[in-house]
Amino acid sequence: MSVNFIYPVYEIERKYDRCIVCRVCERQCANEAHAYLPDLDKMVSDDTKCVNCHRCIALCPTRALKIIKSNNTYKENANWSGKTMNELYRQASSGGVLLSSMGNPENYPVYFDRMLLNASQVTNPSIDPLREPMETRVFLGAKPHHIERDQTGRIVNNLSPYLTLSMPVMFSAMSYGSISYNAHESLARAAQELGILYNTGEGGLHEDFYCYGSNTIVQVASGRFGVHPDYLNSGAAIEIKMGQGAKPGIGGHLPGEKIVGDVSRTRMIPEGSDAISPAPHHDIYSIEDLRQLVFSLKETTNYQKPIIVKIAAVHNVSAIASGIARSGADIIAIDGFRGGTGAAPTRIRDNVGIPVELALASVDKRLRDEGIRDNVSLVVGGSIRSSADIVKAIALGADCVYIATAALLALGCHLCRSCHTGKCNWGIATQKPELVKRLNPGIGYKRLVNLLMAWQHEMKEMMGGMGINSIESLKGNRLMLRGVGLTERELDILDIKYAGE
Amino acid sequence: MKEGQIRIPSGCSISGLIDKSGKLFSGEAIIRSMSVMHDRSNGLGGGFAAYGIYPGYKDYYALHVFYDNISAKKSCETFLERHFDIINLSKIPTRKIREITDEPLIWRYFVTPLPTKLSESQLDEREFVVKCVFRVNTRIEGAYIFSSGKNMGVFKAVGYPEDVGRFYRLEEYEGYCFTAHGRYPTNTPGWWGGAHPFSLLDYAVVHNGEISSYDANRRAIEMYGYKCTLQTDTEVIAYIVDYLHRRKRLTFSEVASIIAAPFWQTIERMPPNKREVHEYLRNVFAAQLITGPFSILVSFDGGLMALNDRLKLRSMVIGEKGDLVYVASEEAAIRVIEPNLENVWSPKGGEPVIVRLNGGLERVG
Repeated sequence: MSVNFIYPVYEIERKYDRCIVCRVCERQCANEAHAYLPDLDKMVSDDTKCVNCHRCIALCPTRALKIIKSNNTYKENANWSGKTMNELYRQASSGGVLLSSMGNPENYPVYFDRMLLNASQVTNPSIDPLREPMETRVFLGAKPHHIERDQTGRIVNNLSPYLTLSMPVMFSAMSYGSISYNAHESLARAAQELGILYNTGEGGLHEDFYCYGSNTIVQVASGRFGVHPDYLNSGAAIEIKMGQGAKPGIGGHLPGEKIVGDVSRTRMIPEGSDAISPAPHHDIYSIEDLRQLVFSLKETTNYQKPIIVKIAAVHNVSAIASGIARSGADIIAIDGFRGGTGAAPTRIRDNVGIPVELALASVDKRLRDEGIRDNVSLVVGGSIRSSADIVKAIALGADCVYIATAALLALGCHLCRSCHTGKCNWGIATQKPELVKRLNPGIGYKRLVNLLMAWQHEMKEMMGGMGINSIESLKGNRLMLRGVGLTERELDILDIKYAGE
Repeated sequence: MKEGQIRIPSGCSISGLIDKSGKLFSGEAIIRSMSVMHDRSNGLGGGFAAYGIYPGYKDYYALHVFYDNISAKKSCETFLERHFDIINLSKIPTRKIREITDEPLIWRYFVTPLPTKLSESQLDEREFVVKCVFRVNTRIEGAYIFSSGKNMGVFKAVGYPEDVGRFYRLEEYEGYCFTAHGRYPTNTPGWWGGAHPFSLLDYAVVHNGEISSYDANRRAIEMYGYKCTLQTDTEVIAYIVDYLHRRKRLTFSEVASIIAAPFWQTIERMPPNKREVHEYLRNVFAAQLITGPFSILVSFDGGLMALNDRLKLRSMVIGEKGDLVYVASEEAAIRVIEPNLENVWSPKGGEPVIVRLNGGLERVG
């Protein structure tokens, strides 16, 4: 045993009386955790290689496999957890920054779970969505300040460019490169079928997907990968990515081994070169610079597309949002500290940023206090896990939510949080052709459609219960929320009452 | 606890009548109409709005004010003198009746803005009056302006509506339009300001229902400078009407298309030019959509609009006889004052009925 040895946190348990030595686990594991011993005609596993992605478990025909949490332990210590010690050992041997994927898994409060929804009783009837229309259509964009009429008195359509969604949900940015072609295709087709939008992320747009343009948000991030006039004009909206909830304040890094073939072409960088997005946009060092980029993009697209500015939820988020609301942007997207990522330094992911519920409550209030809430729509993400989270976010004041982790789960992701290794056994966060082909976009998009149809149905049930038959009457309707297990200060920031009040 | 410190849902009755020719008639009829619906109230709030009642002062804003005490009256009058020319002031005449007790001081002022103050404010005259009303109601403890229109007035109290009418001697007023409200609050407000109608300038709203969009509507309208001090549905609806009709200059028919917007499935069946307007209104004024049950009467200088929520979750009946148009929560409340109606119907949800002096009756939808 090496002195660097770290005992695996999870162990593969195989029931040998069930194993038929079909070797499917071995073929399915890109991490090579399973092996066949021909002499003994027996399967064996190496726990140290297992990332706990459940691919083998899902495909084992005899249910011979399961993953269990190891009971191997250091001497218990309330201050130095086993995880902290292991991370330290790893850094002592490598000298490197710890990397992680997906959202912050640490035990911080989840405010969505501390807010409860209202329902009608006696004084006001609940509404049955199976019998009455229940509307979830939303528009995103700036609202005009004045009504204009022509000579005949007819109202003139003076709306700035806006997005129309069948429900207040969009797929948030995941770049082609960080996720696979088949994952992108699944998202694009689902967005089209659902009447919502997906987001290209910062890796450009594969030429095969230009046909989904009216359901596409094209992103412009600090690396400007794959950005050219046709790209900007191909989508329904343009998103300037200023920050990401999983890694506020830092840029991105897609390793050279993922920059292959079409990814390289789409990003417009040579094969094998690392794609490094700088921490800031080097043409935006302040708010007035942002305004210039917003208007450069509007010029390029002939003022036909709404501009989204995406920021990470950080301490000063309401002041930042207030600045963006006056920058000419049409939509602000706020990404909470639970938001996912394909790769981020662990310490950043787990320690930087604030919960999106609090950020949303403050931003919505600040924009209203300043009378500029109509200048922009608010989209929040990081992390929305269910239809109930959506309903609560809308009641706090969001116009729409972004989902990404939830969408990947629908495509098969089991949250093993190993995207940065590029060996995703589910064909999502990988560019290896033999893995990518495991994700069938024909099935994947249907699962996404299923998920959101189910969520939409649940939203309608919850809205109907509250006596609300249109989503706009839920927006910012904080009387529909009550807090539990929250301090006075938290209630103040969320601007909601305590349960029983 | 006073109204405004908590939110109090209410059930209610409403009634209204208007003479399209502008002929004046006594307040007696509306009192009789309301008394039939006695059981729809619980004695915790009743009130009336009456139009055309101050012909001698028709160019002046008639401010009706509740005072908790003399010192509130003094502060309010000091404020009014600084901002307005007060043409006439008096106690509002009442009669002592057993059913109505604990009345505040109730005063009436006919005023016009001081030209210097008005030009200094850079506001138009009506906006100036609105600002002053808000100032008194939010800053002067114990003073509450509950009526501020021209040639109209609101009369309200804690009690059954028919008693409130007799208390204010409403039968002695002559107007071309009256609306009334009986309240069934699920809590004890105990404050006269919380009774309905709720009024701002010449708009007065009576409302039966409990809207589920309340806080969405409140937070949106407060962004435009309104302060919802009472936390009642009627208050927020009145502000929405003022915002859309006075400030955004939308027609009442457009106002109705916003607060009780047609469903998308209806809009999609409309001809393209109509569809575009409705889509525009629902997009721009999404925050002014009102959901949940309501039947409302919006009265204004020269007319009346009756409107149900888009699912019609509250009863509302219209009756016509000659130049008179009647609206009430129950048909019985109309029949009691006009047994021989020429036309009786229930408007559909979200389809407004707009009546104007000399303009006839408009059924939209």
